[in-house]
Amino acid sequence: MNWLSNFIRPRIRSIVGEQKDVPDNLWQKCDACEGMLFHKELKANLNVCYHCGHHMGIHVKQRLEILFDDGRYDKIPLPAVPVDPLKFKDKKRYADRLKESQAKTKENDALMIGRGKIGGQMAVVAAFDFSFMGGSMGTGVGEGLVKAAETAIKDHAALIVVPASGGARMQEGALSLMQMPRTIIAVDMVKEQGLPYIVLLTNPTTGGVSASFAMVGDIHISEPGAMIGFAGRRVIEETVRETLPKEFQTAEYLLDHGMVDMVVKRADLNATIGKILGLLMMRQTSGDPKNTLPDGAGGLSAGGKMVTSPGRSGGTRAEIKTNVKPREPANPPHEKPRRAAG
Amino acid sequence: MSQLDFEKPILELEGKIAELKNVQSDQSLNIGEEVSRMQSKVSRLLSQTYAKLTPAQKVQVARHGNRPHFLDYTKAMITDFTPLAGDRNFAQDHALIGGLGRFMGRSVVIMGQERGHDTATRIKHNFGMTRPEGYRKAQRLMQMADQFQIPIITLVDTAGAYPGKDAEERGQAEAIAKSIETCLNVRVPIISVVIGEGGSGGAIAIATADRVYMLEHAIYSVISPEGCASILWRSAEFAGDAAAALKLTAQDLYELKLIDAIIPEPLGGAHRGRDEAVASVARQIDKALTQMTPWRGDDLKLSRRKKFLAMGRA
Ligand SMILES: [Zn+2]
Repeated sequence: MNWLSNFIRPRIRSIVGEQKDVPDNLWQKCDACEGMLFHKELKANLNVCYHCGHHMGIHVKQRLEILFDDGRYDKIPLPAVPVDPLKFKDKKRYADRLKESQAKTKENDALMIGRGKIGGQMAVVAAFDFSFMGGSMGTGVGEGLVKAAETAIKDHAALIVVPASGGARMQEGALSLMQMPRTIIAVDMVKEQGLPYIVLLTNPTTGGVSASFAMVGDIHISEPGAMIGFAGRRVIEETVRETLPKEFQTAEYLLDHGMVDMVVKRADLNATIGKILGLLMMRQTSGDPKNTLPDGAGGLSAGGKMVTSPGRSGGTRAEIKTNVKPREPANPPHEKPRRAAG
Repeated sequence: MSQLDFEKPILELEGKIAELKNVQSDQSLNIGEEVSRMQSKVSRLLSQTYAKLTPAQKVQVARHGNRPHFLDYTKAMITDFTPLAGDRNFAQDHALIGGLGRFMGRSVVIMGQERGHDTATRIKHNFGMTRPEGYRKAQRLMQMADQFQIPIITLVDTAGAYPGKDAEERGQAEAIAKSIETCLNVRVPIISVVIGEGGSGGAIAIATADRVYMLEHAIYSVISPEGCASILWRSAEFAGDAAAALKLTAQDLYELKLIDAIIPEPLGGAHRGRDEAVASVARQIDKALTQMTPWRGDDLKLSRRKKFLAMGRA
C-alpha cells in the first residue's frame, strides 16, 4: 500500500503547498484540465473547476458548511487520546509530525465533527481532514468516530461520515489497525438504533479506511472522480504487471461495479442527502397534497411493487412505521433491531 | 525453504551432528558423547538466539516456509474436517480455507489463510493472499456458525489481502469491512490465533475475535515493514528499522493490550517443532473454549464490542 508515496504526497502538495508558486496566490491550475482558476470564483464554486467540473480537495470546515443547512452546525470536540503510544520515529518523530499538523490545522487530529440539520433532519457529520497527515486514521480519529456515533444516537440524528484518507496511520502500528473494528462498532451502534448511516466517499478513500466503516453504510454516496479502493494503484500495477485503466478505482468505476449507490456533485450534496434523510427518517408525512397515488398509478399491474399501498400487503414494514415523527427514535420499541446477528 | 541467516552457526552444527550420526554405527562410542555434547550446544545456541530475536528477525521467523500452516493445523487438531467451498456468488478462493470439523469433541467452524508449502501449492493458494470471494466465504461460514451455535476458530497467516485488479473490481474493501462486521456480530465464541504473519486488513478481517492469541514469534502489523520503510524512509532497505518502530511482535501487541496471550513456541521456533507448536495452539484454543462454554450470545457480542472499544484508551 504505497498510497503515501505515489498519491498522497502530491495531493498534500496540491492542497496545502504549491499554491505559493502561483503569483499572488490568486490563480491556480486545475489538476485535471489545467485551466486557470481564479481563487474567488473557485471558492464560490466549492473548489470545483468551473471549466471541467473536476472536484478538488476542500477544506474540512467548508466541507461541513456545504453539507449542513445554511452552513450552520455546532462543532463537537474530539475526545482526548494518548499521544504517540508507540513512541514512533522514522526520519522524524511522530510526536513532531503530530505537532506540526496540529499547528498547521489548529485541530487535534484529522477529523472534524459537526451537529446540525440536513434537509431539516438532525444529522451528525464526521469529516476527515486530508491536510492533517493525509487524513490517516489512528486512535484519535477512531475515537472521534465513536464520539460522533454516540452523539448521533443521543440526538436521534443520522450519522454521515466523510472519509478523505489514505488509510490507517502507520505511526500508531497495530493500534491504528484496531480502528477498523472500532469504527465499525461505532457505526453499527447507529444502525442498530434504526438511524441512517450514510457514507460520503471523497477523494481519496483507500486502505484501512475504505476497508472498514466506509464500506458498511446504509447508503454510499461519492463525489465525482474520487479515488476509492483498498490497495494503492502502484502496488496493484506491480502485482498484476499491467497498466490499469485511467478510470480504475474512481467513483464512477465503483458505481459501475456496484459499490456505491450514486455519484453526486458537491453542489447537490446537501439537497440529495437531505432528501434521503427525509425518506428514511420521516417515513410518513401528513397533510401533504401529493400524499395520494398519482392518477393511473392504481392501475399498476399485479406485478407492481407498491408494497406500501393499503390493502396490498398486510402487516408490512410500511404499516408498522406509520406516524413516526422525525425526532423520535426511528425504530418503535417493539421492533427488533434491523441488524441482528451478523 | 530459505534459511535464516542468523541461524547459520546452528545449522552448521546440526549438519555436523547429522554427519556424525551417519557414521556412528561402525565407530566407537565416543561419537555418541560428541553428538550429545554438540546437541546441547545447539540447544544452548537456540535458546540464546531465540530469546533475543530482533523484530526484523521475528519477521523472518514468522514467514518461515517450514512453519506449520493452516492445513497442518486442521490435519493435526481437527477430526472430520469438512472443507466448504465458495462464496455462493462468484468463486471459490483457495487462499482462505474454511469448513466444519470437530475440535476436541466439539463441532467448530474453522477457517484461515493457507500459504502453501511448495511452488505448486503456493500458486494454488495465492500465497495466502485472499480475494473478496474468500472474505465473503468467511462471512458465510461465520453466519452458518451463528445459525447452528457453533464456535468459530480462525487461524491468521497472510502477508495481506490480495492487491489485484480483479480483487478491487469485486470490492476488496467492502469484503474486508463486512467480514470484520460479521466477526463483531456473531453470537458464538470466536477465537483467533495469528500463527505466522498477521498482515493488516487482510488479517483483521477474520481476527476480530473474543480471544486473540499470537504464537511467540508471529507478527501482526498495520503494514508490512517493507511497505512502511518504502513510504516513511523512502527505501525498503530500512525494513528492519520499520519492523522495530511498528511494534509488531507478539510481545509488543501483548504489551499494548491488543492480544490476550502469547502461545509459546518450541525451542528454536515453530519451524523446528511443528507438532509441538500445533499442540500448544490446540491447548490454548481448548482452554479458551472451555472457559467460554456455555455462552450467552448477546453477552458475547456485547463484551466483544467492549473489548475492542477499550483498546488504545488511556
Ligand atoms: Zn478543470
